[in-house]
Amino acid sequence: MVEPIQTMPDPSTKKVPASGPSTLSVHAGEARVKPGFSITDPIFASSTYTFPDTQAIVDFLEQGQSREEYGRYGNPGERVVEDKLAALDAGEASVLFSSGMAAFVGLLMAHVDAGDDIVFFDECYHRSREFCRRHLTRFGVGFREVRTCDYDAMEAAITPRTKFLISESPTNPQLSVVDIERFAEIGRRNGVLTLIDATLSTPYNVKPLEAGVDFVLHSATKYLGGHNDLLAGAVTGSAELLEPVRNLRGIMGGVNAPHNAYLLERGLKTLALRMERHNANGQAVAEFLAGHPRVQRVLYPGLPDHPFHAIAKQTMRGYGGLVTFFLRDADWRQTAAVIDAVKIPRIGPSLGGVESLIEQPMVMSYWNYSPEERAGFRIPDNMVRMACGIEDAEDLIADLAAALDVAE
Amino acid sequence: MQFRTRAIHVGQEADPSNGAVVPPIHLASTFVLPAANGNAQYDYARTGSPTRHAFEAVMASLDGGARGLAFASGMAATHCVTMLLKPGDHLVTGTDIYGGSWRLFNNVLAERGISITAVDTTDLAAVEDAMCAETRMLWIEPTGNPLLSVTDVAGCAALAQKAGALLVADNTLATPVLCRPLEMGADIVMHSATKYIGGHSDLLGGLLVARAPEVGEQLHWMQNATGAVMGPLESFLCCRGVKTLELRVHAQSATAFRLASWLYQQPLVKQVHYPGLETDPGHTVAANQYHGGFGAMVSFEIDSDVQGAQRFVESTRLFQLAVSLGAVESLIEVPAVMSHGAYAPEARRAVGITDGLIRLSVGLEEAGDLENDLAQAMNTVSSL
Repeated sequence: MVEPIQTMPDPSTKKVPASGPSTLSVHAGEARVKPGFSITDPIFASSTYTFPDTQAIVDFLEQGQSREEYGRYGNPGERVVEDKLAALDAGEASVLFSSGMAAFVGLLMAHVDAGDDIVFFDECYHRSREFCRRHLTRFGVGFREVRTCDYDAMEAAITPRTKFLISESPTNPQLSVVDIERFAEIGRRNGVLTLIDATLSTPYNVKPLEAGVDFVLHSATKYLGGHNDLLAGAVTGSAELLEPVRNLRGIMGGVNAPHNAYLLERGLKTLALRMERHNANGQAVAEFLAGHPRVQRVLYPGLPDHPFHAIAKQTMRGYGGLVTFFLRDADWRQTAAVIDAVKIPRIGPSLGGVESLIEQPMVMSYWNYSPEERAGFRIPDNMVRMACGIEDAEDLIADLAAALDVAE
Repeated sequence: MQFRTRAIHVGQEADPSNGAVVPPIHLASTFVLPAANGNAQYDYARTGSPTRHAFEAVMASLDGGARGLAFASGMAATHCVTMLLKPGDHLVTGTDIYGGSWRLFNNVLAERGISITAVDTTDLAAVEDAMCAETRMLWIEPTGNPLLSVTDVAGCAALAQKAGALLVADNTLATPVLCRPLEMGADIVMHSATKYIGGHSDLLGGLLVARAPEVGEQLHWMQNATGAVMGPLESFLCCRGVKTLELRVHAQSATAFRLASWLYQQPLVKQVHYPGLETDPGHTVAANQYHGGFGAMVSFEIDSDVQGAQRFVESTRLFQLAVSLGAVESLIEVPAVMSHGAYAPEARRAVGITDGLIRLSVGLEEAGDLENDLAQAMNTVSSL
């Protein structure tokens, strides 16, 4: 028989005596002494957890003890990731979900009632807005959207029914950068909850909770996981506001599985390192494209001519790996020819992994919309979105240069 | 506790830190030491780690040995055993054995000063004749591969003991469900855990179980010194696979028995090798040393040339053309060109692996579906 391992992780050892982003990436959320004295957290694949006797169950139920019970209510690996993310985001707590959309839906379902309404900046992820416009409205929740970064329009859209103000920052693929302090202040002044989807910036580049918003949302599938090999989502905020979110997750069931949570924990260890490189590659690629005669325009918050460069420079550590650009005098096929000619980035949706990806939003995400609808989304045919990975910038630039030549 | 209960519970105690009903996967390569005094259950994962230890513990229990040791592959386990031999030692091996073991003995050990004698181990007199003063190890497969010959484990154990040699049984095909060589006097049992123990074609692994603690200690020393250990994810999947091992092996053996009986009646089939058939030369020994079935491998020869055999294995729709065996999916292959291609052609023919031999690894599909699949393949070959 195997000797049982008698080590209990001590939650008090989870506090890391440091605040550097890389130190937090490596250590935050993890017990210093882990089960079995393992240097890394083991994967608890168990779906259920046992109690020594009935009295232990009664104590658990009556005293609200923090312990595992059944996998739908969470698992130890998921808790480690939640604590790590809370530390990285400078929040009190975080709740992990099986995908970014599950996190978004879980948050709204926990806090929105029939009769409430929600105001969006209009460059938010189209699936997030679709969920509110087509589905939450079926339950009597109103939906409005205003032009991104038009703070006066947003404030004017607030009614006594308004429960949530929602934006991404930066937005995707337009890369508009929100003045998060101003956004948070509008919410606070009007008694409305505020949510920033910080998927594109990550806690390395921006900390919206410190700027006063109530919730930060991440599609952890992107930079946080960082290796294009998992799906996950998270909401970070105050413990009090997240408690109903966690409780509802236990009913709706969109938890993050143990194997997945482990990969996320592992990915987070290199978050600061990867983000430094994503930021540097994004900046270098954007500068190269801005000087290329075949490129009509580049959208990247790190470029001085970007409409939100000033606020980005003031509030962000770096500007991420996503670069959006428009080819000069190109229709959708000529644009596609450039994408088809690149050799290093793979063609595909998503972003944030170590591998660079490239796509034409008109084809990849908006093919089934009419030209008028695409114009409404501000998705022209000649738009290219490149998600820079962590390859060497010189290689990415040489590849893009060759593709722009070949496809001419 | 009975076999299946042990398969489910040994090494699988609820985790003391949180009550998890399935023990966690410890991926750690190193372990934090509670104190700098050398007293720790685990320090570095090559020497031992909790998840591998759990798998080793359950297999030691199932095989009835003192110690289990898990390896990166079946060949890594086999190699570790043979590292107990020294130049000048003599190894006696069966002829109806896995092609990879054959290659290790004849192309690796033989060139490093260890003499090898291959003998038909179903003939105990021949085994005795092959042994000499330098013989330190007798290597058998209770159920041979690919001809499914049956070797008398207890008889070989008596001969090995008399000669002062270790008896090692590669029990991959019979599994501890049907046959436990350590209970019949073998010193070490070896399994390719890739096969029935894993059971799902999704891992590579090997296993040794030693009957005596001191042999187990020697093997662990060698495993730690040479390093081909099983990783934590594989160990976890093996623990998971072992929980259904008995159910799978019984069901797959029952289906194999039915298919062997059916094949025996087919005009196109010249010969069926399956120890469950009363006509099989190994049946008497098998009926005595196996319990609950005769295994899930069947091999047979069709009345056709090698092209006919190749057409047959390319015509099945459920049986998939692949080497390996022991998983829930049924597989089919031609040993002469696939699993036993490592034999020199003369050696292969000498041990009875004909060009037209077809080997089935019977999976967990419905027996009727598999029988229909073989029938349609038979028709395809007959109609050409």
